[in-house]
Amino acid sequence: MGKDLIVYFCLLALAGIQFFIAYQDISATQMFERMLCVAIIEAGLALLFFMHLSENRGLRWFVVIFTVAVIFGLQYGWTDSFRLSNGVPWAQ
Amino acid sequence: MSQADLSIHGQVSRTSATEIMTAPAFSVPAKKMAMWLFIIADSATFAGCLFAYGFTRNATPNWPRPFHGITNVAVMTLVLLTSSLTMLIGVRSAENGDKSKAFRWTMITAACGIMFAALHLREWMGMIGEGVTLFHNPWGTPLFGSLFFSITGLHLLHVTGGVVALIAVGLRYQGGRYNADDLEITGLYWHFVDLVWMFVVPFVYLMNLAH
Repeated sequence: MGKDLIVYFCLLALAGIQFFIAYQDISATQMFERMLCVAIIEAGLALLFFMHLSENRGLRWFVVIFTVAVIFGLQYGWTDSFRLSNGVPWAQ
Repeated sequence: MSQADLSIHGQVSRTSATEIMTAPAFSVPAKKMAMWLFIIADSATFAGCLFAYGFTRNATPNWPRPFHGITNVAVMTLVLLTSSLTMLIGVRSAENGDKSKAFRWTMITAACGIMFAALHLREWMGMIGEGVTLFHNPWGTPLFGSLFFSITGLHLLHVTGGVVALIAVGLRYQGGRYNADDLEITGLYWHFVDLVWMFVVPFVYLMNLAH
């Protein structure tokens, strides 16, 4: 129970950091990068300790490899997104 | 060919092919594995939604930043994170054989889920009151309303389903029809719902704060 409480307070602290980042005077890209980093750490903690992935190495790799492969597969869309914002005649 | 030589920890044993084929993957029971497969598939769904949101936000000039306060979303986050802890206490109690404690904490988790859903609806009513709908947005592109309600709505749907599952599984566990494993599998789903919220909050709410 002690470890669960520590993870819970870590998650609360990380969520607090996200709210803190939201009020920083930084560009949207920087904000996105920082918030993504914090969210990935939060997700990792939840997966490892709340969902007990730390106890099963085989399952851990199975879940991580499949999920990360899908998420990386989605990255191809960004190029077209930047083309729309920068490369078209009406881009600002 | 129905027999195979297997070397396990240096010892050679003869095991039937049927046993090999029916051995649970990663030593995880089939029910739990099914939940993990659902979680992997569902995380791809949410990732797709969030990428569609990121794509549109990036490619749309003058994207609105309508959120002035963070109190409501902060309380929602606190409630959902706390519900993950209460779920964990429930599952641990079930594993230790304390049935009444496990049931009590599972119901507390469901109550947290109901509170989260109520706060979510309050947030939605506020947005609708300001004129944001699925196809309309008073501050610019209507895509904002479409994406905001789609992503948060999909998450709310998951929370609602989770609350129903928690109550149903909790009651059946209390009645002796389900065991601690079933409670743990429902807990896995609930933690996943919490995990998704960790990505929805920064990208849908916090990055759209008015400065």
